[in-house]
Amino acid sequence: MKFVEEYRDPDLAKKLLERIHKNSRKSIRLMEFCGGHTVAIFRHGIRQLLPDTIKMLSGPGCPVCVTASADLDKAIALADMKDVIVASFGDMVRVPGSYSSLQKAKADGADIRIVYSVQDALAIASENPGKQVVFVGIGFETTAPTVAASVLQAQTEEIVNYSILSLHKICPPVMKAILDLGEVNLSGIICPGHVSAIIGSHPYQFIPDHYGIACAVSGFEPLDILLAVDMLVGQIESGQPRVEIAYRRGVKPEGNTQAVKLMESVFEVSDANWRGIGAIPASGLRLRGEYGKYDAEKRFEIEPGPAIEPKGCICGSILRGVSTPLECRLFRRTCTPESPVGPCMVSSEGTCATYYYYQGS
Amino acid sequence: MDDKILLAHGSGGKLSHDLIESFLPELSNPMLDKLDDSAVFDLSGRLAFTTDSYTVNPIFFPGGDIGKLAVCGTVNDLSMSGARPLYLSLSFIIEEGLPVADLKKILVSIKNTAAEAGVKIITGDTKVVNRGSADRIFINISGIGVIPEGVDISAANARPGDKIIINGNIGDHGIAVLSQREGLEFKLPVPSDCAPLNGLVSEMLAASKKIRCLRDPTRGGLATTLNDFAEQSSFGIIIEEERIPVHRAVMAACELFGFDPLYIANEGKLAAVVAAEDAEVILAEMKRNKYGKDAVIIGEVVAGHPGQVVMKTTLGASRIVDMPVGELLPRIC
Repeated sequence: MKFVEEYRDPDLAKKLLERIHKNSRKSIRLMEFCGGHTVAIFRHGIRQLLPDTIKMLSGPGCPVCVTASADLDKAIALADMKDVIVASFGDMVRVPGSYSSLQKAKADGADIRIVYSVQDALAIASENPGKQVVFVGIGFETTAPTVAASVLQAQTEEIVNYSILSLHKICPPVMKAILDLGEVNLSGIICPGHVSAIIGSHPYQFIPDHYGIACAVSGFEPLDILLAVDMLVGQIESGQPRVEIAYRRGVKPEGNTQAVKLMESVFEVSDANWRGIGAIPASGLRLRGEYGKYDAEKRFEIEPGPAIEPKGCICGSILRGVSTPLECRLFRRTCTPESPVGPCMVSSEGTCATYYYYQGS
Repeated sequence: MDDKILLAHGSGGKLSHDLIESFLPELSNPMLDKLDDSAVFDLSGRLAFTTDSYTVNPIFFPGGDIGKLAVCGTVNDLSMSGARPLYLSLSFIIEEGLPVADLKKILVSIKNTAAEAGVKIITGDTKVVNRGSADRIFINISGIGVIPEGVDISAANARPGDKIIINGNIGDHGIAVLSQREGLEFKLPVPSDCAPLNGLVSEMLAASKKIRCLRDPTRGGLATTLNDFAEQSSFGIIIEEERIPVHRAVMAACELFGFDPLYIANEGKLAAVVAAEDAEVILAEMKRNKYGKDAVIIGEVVAGHPGQVVMKTTLGASRIVDMPVGELLPRIC
């Protein structure tokens, strides 16, 4: 059991910080893509330790947070159907949709099971042959390969009452979308850690090439993040943006080719709706035609009605890095982790929840 | 006797009688053995009285089970008000179908834990409910204890300058239980810390009367307990991340799941706020007890930051440690 305290070594952190302070001249804005990065930055107090020249913005990398209300409404509509069991990751259950939440539907009698992994959903399907089990497939490239594996397993084991509501999303297109919107003047991006363990670092190459923006893939320990910031400062100060990896123990430039192959064999790229950002072309994953029978949207007629976004909630602009939770008039007043209005307050890696827990009042 | 608990075991008839008769030898004492409707006894002085219901999944976990958990939980709640725990009630709500062997195992565990803590179970009850109306077994234990002369312990008593002590590694129980949960099984070299702390507390009280606050950081973890101290005393608390003891396996598991050990449940830990001048004496006394051998000072009470807990991080920054909200859920990404 290693790989925790080594990456929290105060002396090494001090050296990295000294180098960052020494080298950082220009005023720059860096976005940490992942919610996990935001949590780590706040938990270890990293923002306070960086020089004033560096401003950190939180990005859209929280799978729960970016799920559109309309998609959540579909999951709730499925749960309300007779003889349907909806299996979902826990965070998702608390997110308010347009009219209800999975949690409320559960209290009203819908059969909703919280699972820790997609394997549990498949097990529920094989234990309940008289019911239909739908797994709410949220997540990025990190989770999609395991969901793909569950579809293949269902096929092999002839588990016919199992399907996926695929709300999966992929990261590079949303990064492009945010950069194209031009709302945040970024100098560098701390690229996702676990996502990159699957897809590698090559898919970010367009960011320095087309936008001239520095990239460093980071893990989730303080030294990982400081090293990534150090790399970004180096790239920016030298005027040579590129893609570097500050997370070598987890990420290879080519990624995990087996996992990618598995994901691509079951899913194909599709358009997807991102909360607060809208439709982004080729940014989601849907089941390929040959696996259509495992696609919940094909298996069931789902008509949840028009989606409504919560009034006053600025999760969208928080996800784009344009605003911080402190600028939201609901934050800490009507929107708290106990009664969240928007998804960024629900997920443990949501920016609002992180500000709530770690920033104090 | 049947090998599973049946609804009839809770009907009040012959089967109920047999079941209770089979419990008795395990828990026997003169007050319980009378089987009257109430236990009758004399007590004098300031009393502490507490109750708690116990549900845990799984009911058997590394380092304990629901029976041990229930006795320790109530004994520890009494101890945290400085009381010497004396008597417990014991009430089972059993889902029909529970293997009788499981119930026996739980009873033996209750007996052993009560014996270790030196408390007697003097009254009890058993109900059996339909399958699905409970999750295998729920236990309620109430307890009564006597507070010695001169002891005044309350979360509101913390004063600036006081030191904060924890009696060992945090997070062991929550992670040990999690590691056994369906769908998550992983091997962990750390069992639950579930333990009765009344012996440790009485030794601490014998060493110093300047123990201001005691609390067992169960659900919600150390973060919740420290926030209680800060809020109820209206002073601030500063802790140092470096000093907070966490087993590296627990830390690793927390990182895997995206948890902060400060929020993970403990069942054999206490956080104490003590006067600075007596802190070392109390600490030395704690270290002599097997449940206090890893005790450390982790921080202090301050006049600033009223009602807040602030942690100095290993990197030298500081941050607020807030109350947790809702259930801890593993990370998705």
